[in-house]
This record gives sequence, C-alpha cells and structure tokens, in this order.
Amino acid sequence: MAPRAQPVVGRSGALAGAAVVGLVVLSFVGLGMRAEVGRGLGPAEWAAIRFTVVQAALSAVLSVVFAIPLARALARRRFAGRGILITLLGAPFILPVIVAVLGLLTVFGRNGWLNTVLEAAGLPGVSIYGIHGVVLAHVFFNLPLATRLLLQGWQSIPAERFRLAAQLDLPPATLRRTLEYPLLVQIVPGAAALIFVICLTSFAVALTLGGGPRATTIELAIYQAFRFDFDLARASLLSLVQLALAGSAALIALWIIPNFPLTAGLDRVQQRWDVRGGVQRAGDVAMIALGSGFLLLPLLAITLAGLRGLPQMPPGVWLTAGNSLWVAVLSIAVLLLIALPMAAWIATRRAGGAEAIGLIGLSASPLMIGTGWFILINPIADPVALALPVTALINALMGLPFALRILVPQMRETLQSYHRLATTLGLRGWSAWRWLVLPRLRPQIGFAAGLTGALSVGDLGVIALFADPERATLPLQMYRLMGAYRLEAAAGAALLLVAMALALFWTCDRLGRRDAEA
Amino acid sequence: MLKLERLELAQGDFTLRADLHIEAGHRVAVIGPSGSGKSTLLAAIGGFLAPVGGRICWHATDITDASPGKRPVAMLFQDNNLFPHLSIDRNVGLGIRPDLKLDAKDRARVAEALARVGLAGMTERKPAALSGGQQSRAALARVLVQNRPILLLDEPFAALGPALRQEMLDLVADLTRETGATLLMVTHDPQDAQRIADDVIFVEGGWAAPPQPAQALLENPPPALRAYLG
Repeated sequence: MAPRAQPVVGRSGALAGAAVVGLVVLSFVGLGMRAEVGRGLGPAEWAAIRFTVVQAALSAVLSVVFAIPLARALARRRFAGRGILITLLGAPFILPVIVAVLGLLTVFGRNGWLNTVLEAAGLPGVSIYGIHGVVLAHVFFNLPLATRLLLQGWQSIPAERFRLAAQLDLPPATLRRTLEYPLLVQIVPGAAALIFVICLTSFAVALTLGGGPRATTIELAIYQAFRFDFDLARASLLSLVQLALAGSAALIALWIIPNFPLTAGLDRVQQRWDVRGGVQRAGDVAMIALGSGFLLLPLLAITLAGLRGLPQMPPGVWLTAGNSLWVAVLSIAVLLLIALPMAAWIATRRAGGAEAIGLIGLSASPLMIGTGWFILINPIADPVALALPVTALINALMGLPFALRILVPQMRETLQSYHRLATTLGLRGWSAWRWLVLPRLRPQIGFAAGLTGALSVGDLGVIALFADPERATLPLQMYRLMGAYRLEAAAGAALLLVAMALALFWTCDRLGRRDAEA
Repeated sequence: MLKLERLELAQGDFTLRADLHIEAGHRVAVIGPSGSGKSTLLAAIGGFLAPVGGRICWHATDITDASPGKRPVAMLFQDNNLFPHLSIDRNVGLGIRPDLKLDAKDRARVAEALARVGLAGMTERKPAALSGGQQSRAALARVLVQNRPILLLDEPFAALGPALRQEMLDLVADLTRETGATLLMVTHDPQDAQRIADDVIFVEGGWAAPPQPAQALLENPPPALRAYLG
C-alpha cells in the first residue's frame, strides 16, 4: 500500500479548475446558440485564417532567430548595464501592448524617427501598417521572451564544460556543436511554439497596426463582425474557428513549451575563456547594441512624447484610469481565488492534466469568450453594464497560466517539506492556508498578483467589444485618442498607463517580498 | 502499552515485520543498519505509512487507521520540525491549537513550556535567529504542550555535534520522566541508546525484534547485533 495520502490543502483546487472550465464552456454554449456553421467560411474568413497563421509563424521564427545571437552575446559578455538590460527584457510582460504600439509608431511610423532619418538621407520611407507592422510589434514583444528563455538555457550549461572546452582549446565551431547546438535543439522549438500560440490570439496589435482585407487576424475579424456589423452569427463562427485553431495549437505546444523564465537569477554572468576577442566580440557588441536599441528606442520615444502630452489629456482620461485600476484590482482578487487552490491541487499530484486547464488562458481567445458571454448575458441583462467585471474576469483567466507557473513550484516545495509536520499537528483546511501556505508563498503570490495587475490594467481586448462611450478603460481611451489623431494626448495617456502598470506590479511584488522569510 | 500485532509494512520492494509490545513510560531506542527500516517503523506508528497487515494498538484502542494528527503521538523528524516563517511561540502554540486561536491559559502553557526547555525570552524570534540546539529545544517545547503519551524521535538531533546531541538526549530523558511519556527514538549510536534508553529494538533483515533491556543487550549482543556494532 502506498503512503497514506493526507491532503493538507487541495480539495478546493478541483472546484476552482472546474469553474475555469465551466466559464469557458459556457461561452461555447453562447457561441453555439448563434453560430450558423452551415453558412460555411467565406473568402474573407479564409483570408483572416491565413493571415493569422502566417503572421504568427513569421513572428515566432523572427523572434527566435534574432534571440539566438542576442542571448548568446548576453550570456558571454559582461558590461555596465547588463543587469538593467536583462531586467528590461522582462518588461514586455508588464508593458501594455497599446503603449508599445504607440512607441513603435513614434519610431517607425509615417512621421516617425526612422522615416525622418531616411528622408534626410534621400531614401524612400517605410510603412508600419500591414503585415510587417504586426510582425514588428510581435517581435518587439516576443524577442525579449525568447531571449530570456534561451539565456536561461545557456546558463544551465555547467561552467565546468566551458572550462574543459578552454582546457582542450576547442575551436568555436566545435564548441558550438558540442555545447550550444544540443541546447538550442532543446529550447528553440518550445520557444517558437509558445510565441506562435501567443501571436495567434493577439488582438490589440492587429487592431492598431493591421486591418483591411489583407491584414486582419481572426481576433480582429471577430471584433469587426461584432462591433461594426453586429453580426453575432459571423462573430460566433469566427470564434469557433479561433478556438479550433488556437486550442489545437496550444494543445500541441503544451508538450514542448518550456518553463517561463519569470523569476530572477538571469543576471548571473558565466566565466568564459573561449570568446576573448576578435570577430566574435565585435559581433556580440553589435548584437547587444542593435537589440537594446530596438527594445529601448520605442520606450524612450513614448516617455518623451508622453511628458509633452500629459497636459493635453482630456479629463475623461482620469475617469477611465479609475476604471482600469478597479478592473485590475478585481482581476487580481479573482486570479488569486482561482490560482491558489488550483496550484495546491496541481502540486499534490504527480504531473499532467491539471496544469493544462491553466493554459486555457493562453489558448482561448478573450474575444471568443467575450462574444460567447455577450450572447448569454444579452437576453438577461445589459452586457454593457457588465463590461468592467467581465473584463476583470477574463483578464484573470489570461493571467492564470503565468500565475500557476509561478505558484506551483513553491507550493510543491512547501507541501513536500512541511506536509508531515503539518499533518502531525493536525493543521488542515483554513489553518493550513493561514499558517503554512500563505506565509510560505507570499513572495510568489505578490509576484503573480503584480503580473496580473499589470496585464489587466494594460489590456485592450474584450473591453473593446462591450464598452460604450461612458464605460471605457484607460487602454481603450488611449486607442480612441489615437483613432482621433490626438497623438500627443494619447502619448500622455500612455505614460499614465505605463506608470499605473509599473506601480501595480511594484506594489504587489513589494508587499509579497516585505520581510520575506528564508 | 503500545502493541504492534503482526504488523507488516511495505514500501516498494522493501518489507518489514514486527510483532512486539512496549510498556507505557519506557524509553526505547530503535537501532539497526541504515536502510533496515527504523524510520519506516516510526512512520507507521506515526500514521504516515499504512500497514499492509496487522494492527497498532495503544492500550485497548486500535489506532491502525487513525490519521497522524489524531493519534496519541508526537513526532520529531530529521528536519523541518519548525515552520521557519512563524515565531517560536507560534510554532509551539500550533501544538495546542492548529488554528492558533490561543486564550490566556494556552499562552501561559506555551510560555511555561518554553521556559522549561530554557528558551524564556526568545519567544518572539523566528527559528532562523536561533542556534541548532535552540531550534531543537523549541521543537521539544512543542512536544511538551502537545502532551501526547507517545513521543517518536526520527533522529531530530542528527545534525547537532556530539556534545549538543547528548545534551538534547538528556533533556528528552528528563522531559519524558516528568510527563511519563513513552519514547521511541531511532539512533545509529549505541552510546545514545545506553545513555537514555531502557530497552532496545534491533531492526535488521526485514524484522523488528521485540525490545530487550538495553544494558544487557548491548553488553552481550547476539551475532547480528555484534556484526552491526562492530
């Protein structure tokens, strides 16, 4: 007989998992009620599917291709500001998409910095709209993610191997073949798959930089069918297509997606003996300069434009900022209520299926769930009135996979180390949460809450479906200002939004870590 | 009296049988080669391993299926005997009430137990601020307030130096003498056994032998035990 199972915590986790599945399944019911599958897919739908897949594939490949030399350069060079640069590589988790888009527009847009330089040099300008804009923005967001994944891999190579390689005086090609290629083979497919899945359901980027028959993603098509034509049948059909596409991609990717490098420890520098100088050094320097320029210039641009734009913000911005804060706080609360019991549940079983439920947040598209619920809520209540709570709830679902990745390892460690002591003391249920789990997981809870808060406050997704002029969040308000060509006011709002996202993240993370125990 | 009646334990390929009883209030050392199943025996008595056969009884009560927290047993493990995020008095208080809703009388008991083990004045500290010996004392203070008739020690002092370990064993001997608790302790060191144990259970070859008087057994060991003692 196996050792007695004495769950200290964990029954409520199955319930929370069921609730998540239930929320998503309910939205299918709504979609099923309205989708006219018999109508089939027209040329516009096929174009959307094609574009969605092509842009996601391009984004994934380009992100990884550029990430490989950047991560290698970061892994083997030490220079002033390296730590800050690596911290900034984590920023896209917190940076609101719409803000980054505005930053990219400032640098790469029609009247942006790049075109000004090109014009001065007598060269033709570039346009950021269409597929290259969408891919550019996706690479901006996912290059740092891929770089962190790869950097984590590089740092997992034991220092002794490099020492041995130096002792044997292996030439660079041999070193790459023996140490680096096996690593890349392990990490690259997973990183590319993760980015592919993320880009399949991306909405805000396509909304701002895409559009038109040649650059419309499925997610954007759902929005357009819903918002412009109020064609719920078409929106539902597209939602089901999105579900089939993103869902199956996520299921396949589940087996190869690596661990998110969300936690610290990446700023360690490996001692290397093999890359002292010459061509390799010049290449690394160029790569770091290019990479950081690509990532930092838009951030710099948005800061400068934002400072100019702050005084020009209409008063409505502050009201929507209040809405956004409320949504973020609510979604943090919902997230923790779901994620903590689920993490305990997952931590007490060996492996497998339970964590897949968390991945729903990664694969199920927000607009799909939003459309389904709109159809369900519509006959009973005014969906517009529920825009903010629904947004908060869906944001919590989006944050769930990240939260679980953060919480589960520490939960597993805690339950393994203290399960016997807790059991002999009769520590169970609420007492176990209060005196064992919550104190032990405080830093992780703070971190997960901070990420979700930042994610939620900056999210431009389902709110765009539901909102009316009175009920907007700050990202939506910013989008409206951009649509009205009030770019300076939009930049001001962007700066405010970034400040809110950073403040939310910093506050939660700090609360979690304050006098944290060893 | 603690009775292990035709007890059969299994963990993977490993099996251990025991058919013995221990008088209430006796202090018993469990010795044997590593991997012989000393800890397994204690885990079964503590309720962490369900036996595949036989019964465990305390006096007239069958506790074979009781959950660990409901047994007349307090147990200290090799490590993780204190929650590092809780102060010492809260760690001890958990031995009285798992929800830590302590009234004035409970708090007085906690303070009294801490004073008894020599930790008065350190109640607010977290375990990390204490030395290894003090941490052991804090764990023993919790054992005191738990007030269970059986105490199981699965080498909780193994990481301490020899002098400190003997000091802890003397403290354990004093405490069990005061409370009348029955003690089972795993040890590698026959001197530990001689120091505080009345009886010795020798575990070897999948069999836990009934307790023998410590002095006589260790002075005149049978062949298997002689081979172990060297």
